[in-house]
Amino acid sequence: MWARVVRLRLHRALGRGCASEAGPREEVGCGRAAGEAGGYLQQALPETHAAQLATQGGGRVAADVIEHLERLALVDFGSREAVARLEKAIAFADRLRAVDTDGVEPMESVLEDRCLFLRSDNVAEGNCAEELLQNSHHVVEEYFVAPPGHISAKDGKQDPFPHS
Amino acid sequence: MAAPLLRWGCPGRRWALVWIDRGSRLRSRTPTLPTTERTRGQSSGTQQPLHTAQKSRKGEHKWAAVVGLEIHAQISSNSKLFSGSQVCFAAPPNSSVSFFDASLPGTLPVLNRRCVEAAVMTGLALNCHINKKSLFDRKHYFYADLPAGYQITQQRLPIAANGSLTYGVCIGKKQSQMAKTVRIKQIQLEQDSGKSLHDDLRSQTLIDLNRAGVGLLEVVLEPDLCCGEEAATAVRELQLILQALGTSQANMAEGQLRVDANISVHHPGETLGVRTEVKNLNSIRFLAKAIDYEIQRQINELENGGEILNETRSFDSKLGCTVPMRDKEGKQDYRFMPEPNLPPLVLYNSTSLPAHADIQQVVNIDQIRDMLPELPSTTRERLIQKYGILPEHSFTLLNEVGLLEFFENVIKETRAEPKKVTNWVLNNFLGYLKQQHLAVSESPVTPSALAELLNLLDSKTISSSAAKQVFEELWKGEGKTPAQIVSEQELELMQDQEALEQLCHAAMEGHPQVVIDVKEGNPKAINKLIGLVRKASLSRADPVLIKKILEKKLSS
Repeated sequence: MWARVVRLRLHRALGRGCASEAGPREEVGCGRAAGEAGGYLQQALPETHAAQLATQGGGRVAADVIEHLERLALVDFGSREAVARLEKAIAFADRLRAVDTDGVEPMESVLEDRCLFLRSDNVAEGNCAEELLQNSHHVVEEYFVAPPGHISAKDGKQDPFPHS
Repeated sequence: MAAPLLRWGCPGRRWALVWIDRGSRLRSRTPTLPTTERTRGQSSGTQQPLHTAQKSRKGEHKWAAVVGLEIHAQISSNSKLFSGSQVCFAAPPNSSVSFFDASLPGTLPVLNRRCVEAAVMTGLALNCHINKKSLFDRKHYFYADLPAGYQITQQRLPIAANGSLTYGVCIGKKQSQMAKTVRIKQIQLEQDSGKSLHDDLRSQTLIDLNRAGVGLLEVVLEPDLCCGEEAATAVRELQLILQALGTSQANMAEGQLRVDANISVHHPGETLGVRTEVKNLNSIRFLAKAIDYEIQRQINELENGGEILNETRSFDSKLGCTVPMRDKEGKQDYRFMPEPNLPPLVLYNSTSLPAHADIQQVVNIDQIRDMLPELPSTTRERLIQKYGILPEHSFTLLNEVGLLEFFENVIKETRAEPKKVTNWVLNNFLGYLKQQHLAVSESPVTPSALAELLNLLDSKTISSSAAKQVFEELWKGEGKTPAQIVSEQELELMQDQEALEQLCHAAMEGHPQVVIDVKEGNPKAINKLIGLVRKASLSRADPVLIKKILEKKLSS
């Protein structure tokens, strides 16, 4: 799962992101590979071993990939050391590939043997606006206040409606 | 920027990648893509949108549009998908928000059973395969109305997949119906986000989390639709189905049903074009308009040698056009990962149900299937069979909110034939409603009143023209019953046969020329006589009876 989290998209995403992985080892599911592309399937490019691509074979992560990560995760890889740490982490996770998992069903969750508890449809929570609003240092008439639109960490560029 | 190439892969369907050397650089093609043959003909009866036939001034190939819809329906439940806070419309801001909805640390999602049942029921009604095991994932993006920074959804393995939605499209002026089907790719459970109110004046956004965490059913349709009308009809049918099932109130105006459209155009036989996504469609009418506008915009752009950008556009209802919302540039990477706090969702059927299972903890697909109510398509068929009405009438009865109930109430209380009732409800009643922009619930005429009126008509107490007069009077909503109006305005048909015969005799005596015309075999002449008698009777005589009497007299 760690490897999957680290995996990056380097080819251009179609429409609304295509983050599902295409690969022989992934589980079979109806409607899996299309992400949320409203019926349009992603191009069937050869499986991107993103970790390998990311590190360009020499263990280095390209600058534009770092920038992409920073934008997505709102982290700041301020120094060269931080990037080096990332590269080490990728290399560490990459060792997973040494394991032959052909024909083995991936484990999606350590909870896979557990029963998913189903709650009955009763109203049992809520009505604590005052309490919740205390967490915010700036409120307006029982609304939380946020900066306008979506401000990216780095360049302060405003993207009014990143989603919906 | 190279326009991404779209390929639609599907079992049994093949596509040819044709390299078109056209002046307008429509699309680029990467050499690594496999090439396969495409069989012509799309799913059942795809029609070319009307405008393409007219607008191809350049005289080149026709255009075909491809429309895919993503529909989000808010599940009708008491509490939210993963928490016990209430689902309600227009509550005071942040008043139905639990700690989990506000994403406070230490909170965990607990799945609502009702939402699972709603998803299964909807999947069954839409002929989907229900996945006995489905998984939850996290879709990450940062926005103020998504406090957790991710949305819990079912991207990898949704609860239902591979279904179909059948809808009827009107062809021609006769309004006859043709059944079309759009395939359903999948149905998944997911969380709704909160609401953002943008305050541009003070450069801030106000966040209300009441809606955050409400259960949504995302219905993803395959791009089998080809124009605004098809999309609108399909969505309307889905709306009716959801309402019949009770799984969602599906009211677009209240945001319980949201539709995003993915639109592209291409020449038949060639690869799919670049698609744009159109959002902010909050009525079925705007959905159709926006899609048609966007199709035409893309055609115009391409015919003028331009390019279509893979972007998101919004529909401006005032201007009637789509405008760019944001440039995606492939920046959206949702970094899907399995939701670590939720085990797989396992559903059962009657055979796989474990013995001694806690019924509260298991969802039995077969049990839900048995509880499925009558679907709109079945209701329409039943009406046609039971009352002998035409398909398009059946369609209209279901299409207007409350009209079917009104109709059935009238039928219950009247002796008149169903065909007569249908005629009155669909023409007279509906006509008045539309004229005054009223909903059925706002009608000043009750089903009982109309039933009484139709009884009077049926018993030949009044003529049909008198009935129309009474109806108009009823519409004023002054509370009078039809019987009262009839007696007030003296609209009863003459029952006195002798008096009627005298009137006929008088008419014949007064117009000998007309009598001669009739005797000479002029068929229209008798109508003149009937008209004269009616006038003399102050419209209180049944024309059919008049004709009988006249004919008897004339033949003697």
